[in-house]
This record gives sequence, structure tokens and C-alpha cells, in this order.
Amino acid sequence: MAIVETRAVTKVFKAGTLGAVNDVDLVTEEGEFLVFLGPSGSGKTTLLRMIAGLEVPTSGDILIGGEVVNDLTPRERRIAMVFQSYALYPHLTVYKNIAFPLKAQGVPKDQHRKKVEWASGLLSIDHLLQRKPRELSGGERQRVAVARAIVREPNVFLLDEPLSNLDAKLRASARAELEQFHRRVGTTTIYVTHDQVEAMAMGDRIVVLHKGVVRQIGTPKQVYDDPADTFVATFLGSPPMNLLENGDVIVGFRPEHLVPAALAPGAPIKLTLKIQNLEYLGSEWIVYGKVAGEASDKTIIARLPTADLTIGTTHDFAVAEPHLRFFDKATEKRAPARALSWP
Amino acid sequence: MAVTEGEGSSAGNGPGASLARGTPRGVKRRPRSSGSSSFGLGVAMLLPAVLYVLLLVAVPFGMAFVYAFSDARIGSGGDHFVGFDNFASVLENPSFRKALGNSFIFTISSQILVLVGSTALALALKEKFRGRGFVRFLILLPWVAPISLGAIGWKWILDSIYSVINWVLIAVHLVKPFDKPMWLGQPTLAMISVILVHTWRLLPFSTVILLAGLTAIPRDIPEAAAVDGAGFWRTLFEITLPMLRPILNVAMLFGIIFTFTDMIVVYVITAGGPYDSTQVLPSLAFFTGIQGSDLAAGAAISLFLVPLLAIIAYLMLRVAHRAEVT
Repeated sequence: MAIVETRAVTKVFKAGTLGAVNDVDLVTEEGEFLVFLGPSGSGKTTLLRMIAGLEVPTSGDILIGGEVVNDLTPRERRIAMVFQSYALYPHLTVYKNIAFPLKAQGVPKDQHRKKVEWASGLLSIDHLLQRKPRELSGGERQRVAVARAIVREPNVFLLDEPLSNLDAKLRASARAELEQFHRRVGTTTIYVTHDQVEAMAMGDRIVVLHKGVVRQIGTPKQVYDDPADTFVATFLGSPPMNLLENGDVIVGFRPEHLVPAALAPGAPIKLTLKIQNLEYLGSEWIVYGKVAGEASDKTIIARLPTADLTIGTTHDFAVAEPHLRFFDKATEKRAPARALSWP
Repeated sequence: MAVTEGEGSSAGNGPGASLARGTPRGVKRRPRSSGSSSFGLGVAMLLPAVLYVLLLVAVPFGMAFVYAFSDARIGSGGDHFVGFDNFASVLENPSFRKALGNSFIFTISSQILVLVGSTALALALKEKFRGRGFVRFLILLPWVAPISLGAIGWKWILDSIYSVINWVLIAVHLVKPFDKPMWLGQPTLAMISVILVHTWRLLPFSTVILLAGLTAIPRDIPEAAAVDGAGFWRTLFEITLPMLRPILNVAMLFGIIFTFTDMIVVYVITAGGPYDSTQVLPSLAFFTGIQGSDLAAGAAISLFLVPLLAIIAYLMLRVAHRAEVT
């Protein structure tokens, strides 16, 4: 196991353009499951590829186990990676796919079978060893890719959106399996995803990236409850955090904290909403409304366990003080809490 | 007209039969005029290809068969059937045996060189570097330039007096001016020369095919091999080349056919000499049948290629089919 560290890592693909990754500093913890989360083009995969040694940083250092690895090949970094496409070797059987890293790294041949059986047993694919990748389902391919990654017991695991090619149901079970698997092997893992649910569910910590810049690093609870800026506030959470301008600050609150006014007496924010739309999601209702009497087009979203509301009617809602988050209007960064004068 | 007759007969079989047979046919049938015009169009589209194959492939092929069993000579009037006499006499001819062996040496050597060279070139040209487009253009040149022009250039490069290769070898003191190699005058050197020129000529075609195959390999695969710990050679021999195999087969089989049936390089550079040392079956067939006026012997020589090419053609079709179904 090893700690991965990046120091002011920057990647510029074309001189004169904005970097794909800009000045990223981060340190994993031993055995941690760290998730890079961000929308498309946020630089998360580029950052992962630089750690893997598949891209050369324009500037900055990458350290694995305390050693600067900038000039080391992927092979010398002792990392394993699962690609989004799984990148299985199509002409080799599952057995040979899993044994390939052992062969490539000069592990004595008599140990191959034992190690392949261990890895395939761990991922319950031991019955598929003689098949070719084209004869496998998406979920099976993903497991073979993971088995190929773990077979040589690497220092660090890098996973690039390994669940994005699976259907929704399979994704949920594969996610749970990956979590269990990580707990069992305890290897430092960096996981790239654009899916906030995956990030929240799996990550010990989440690195939120946007336009190649780290916006926030924290536990899932920290990034959800205490977002560092308005981007994190709106990127995490579905539906996203409501943001309302008030003087020189932006006030944010999660949809689940916007409740009927009767349930939050003395709350500093009271909103009279005209209901625009209602969505019933089984366990909850998503209520879309506009502030009554205001010209603003801003849609406010509430998430309620039950809702006896009708579209077009007007209702009072409120947010309790502890749930309010403040952001500076100019920088959009987090600002200290303050007393509000709400109209 | 079959359709009209069908309609007429169903109408006469009572209402039930008429419904059962007539309605579905009536619904599915295309308007008669469009059907016949599309048939005419089909024939018109196919005809040039059929005529081409018939007139330029089937007729000469049939004539070669007829000549091979006759005593036909250019300028002689009567052709008589002579059975297998031509084949028997050709088999006894030392030039033929030499040419048969040379054909194999010429084909196998040049194919090995072409495959190794084109794989190396394709791997190099896949990488991005400054001037890649220009280098690709240069490598394609031998294929797009007329072969006779290129071969004449080579004839000069390999000339006994004006050879630039010899000039360079003498300048760097690798050979002595009075003992320079006679590239086209010594049997072994002449064979090496025609093989190298033919390799030069086929290299672009094979490179383009392999380059297409290489670019079709997803980038993730060699990257996964790199992360798995494979170096350049392991990735090449265990990942890239096995994945390229179907396309390598196509390049190789095309190359074999192009080489086995080709006589231009030999014809222009050595004319089969010295002493038949570079003679191959197609050039011997040409020299015997056309320049030597012995049409019957020339046809018999050229027919020796048929069984071999038939096997290669069969293999090509199998490879093409496998590439189609996988």
C-alpha cells in the first residue's frame, strides 16, 4: 500500500490554452478510497492518467509512497488501473488476461495459476476463465478487469469510471461489490466518476474538480453539508442546493430543508411559493415553485416526504437557521454565517 | 409474364382460393413497371463487370487452356491437339525448374521483408511527430508512381557503371573501385536486387493496410498493457501483433498474389538474367510465349500457377469471411 500525492500538478495540452488540470495539490491516506468527482471536462481522468504515468504533467510532481515518480513508466509505478472500457485483451482468454500482468512483471510461472485462481475467486469469475472477453456480459468484463488489476497486489488502484458502462441495476450491485472488495484488500484506491451517488456512497473522501481545479476535498458529509463554493453546492445533491441572493451574499439551503412554514417556527427565511410542478418519486415528493410576488424566474425546489399540494396554489415554506449556508456573491466561495434581513 | 399468369389462375379458383392466394400477393407485389425497370437497371449495372471478367479474364484463361494442349505458335496457322506434351516438355526444361524455385524464393523473401518492414513503418507512422503527413506521403510514393518509372530508377541505382550504391560504398572505403559488386550481373546479387526492389514497391500498400489495422486498436489496450507492466516488445508480440493478425493475413495474402503473378520488376531490371537466375514463372511464360513465339509452352508455364493461386484465393476468401463474422 502507498500514499499518492500530487504537488501543484498542471497539465496543459495545447500551449496558450487553459490547462486540463491546474495546480492540483492532494494527498491520499493509507488504504483510503478517494473519489475524483466532477462533470465532463473537469480534468479528473487526466489527473488519474498522470498518476498512472499515461500522461506527463506539464509541471508539478507526483509522488507514490513518498517517491517522486514523474519520470517513471507506468510499469515502474506499481499501480493497477481499471479503464472505463475495461481494455481487456480481446484475443486472450480470461485466464490469460488476468495472468498477463504476472507474466509481464516476471512473476515465476508456477505461481500464476494460484494467483489467478485467488483473484478470480475473489470476484466470483472462476467459472469464466476459459472464455474470451467477447463471450462475457458487461458486468463479467468489469470483474475480469478488476481481477486483472488486483492479481499482482499493486500499491495503488486507479479506477476510471468502471461502472459507467453497466445498466442501472447492475451498477448498484457492482458498486456494493467494489466497496466490499476495497474493505477486504484495503489498498489505496483512486476512483474517478461523474456520478455523485457513486462518489457519496463509495468515497472515504471526495475531491470535487471543475475545469481542472480542485474545488473541495472532504468526506462525503463535508462536501454535501458544507460545500466550499456554489459549484460544489449545486453539483452535489439531486435536486441541487437552492441558492438565493441576499445583499452581498448568496444564501443556500438543501431542498430537504425547505419545509412547510408550520414545521419551522421562527426560521429566518420564509418563502411563499407558487407551486409550478410536482414530481412523485415514491419515497418523496419534489416540489418546484416560484417565489410569489417576485419577478425573478428562480425556481426553488423542496423535497418533502409527503405533499398535499396542488399545482398553481401558493404555500408558505421556511428554512431553519442551522441549515443555511452562505457564499460570497463576488467569489462564490463560502462566507461566514451572518444574520439575515429577509424581506 | 409470370405475375399476370398467376393472377389469372387464382381468379379462376373460386373466391376462397382467390382471397388466400391473391390478396397477399396483391399487397406485397411491387408495381410491374418498377419491378421490370429495376431488373433492367440491375442487369445494366452488373453487365460491365461481367463483360470485364468474361473478356479480360475468362477468355484469355480459356485460350491459355486451349493453347497449353496445342502446338500453337505465333504466326503458325493450324493448331493441333497435343495432349500433355507441352507440360511434359516444360517440366523437363531446366529454365522452368529454375523459374519455379525462383518464384518461391522471390515471393517468400519479399513477403517476409514487406511484413517486417511495413509493421515497423506502420508502428512508427502511427505515433504523432512533426512532418508525419509528409513522411506518409513519401512512403506512399512507390505505390502511386508508375512501376516502370520506379524500376528504371532502380536500374540506374543498381547499374554496373553508374550505381550510386557502389559510389557510396567506394567513398566510405567499404569496397574497392576495381572490385565493386555487380548488382545485376551476379546471380545472387541480382536475386537480392529484384527482391529488394519488389519489397520497396509493395511496402506502401502493406503499410497502409497495417496502419489502418493499428489505428483500429483502441488506445486503452496498449495503455492497459503498459500499466500491467509490459514493455515495448511484449506489447508488440503479445498484444499488438495478435490483434493485428486478421489484417496481417489480408496484407500477406494480397502480397503473395501480387508477387507470385508479377513480372514487371524482373522484366525491367534483369529480364530474368543473368542465366535465368532471376527468372520467375510469369516472366518465363512471357518470354517463352510472347517473345519466343511458343504460345503453347508459354500457356503451359502460366497454367502451373493456377493450382497454387487457387489455394491462395481460397485462403483469402476464408480470411475475408472470418473478418466479416467476428
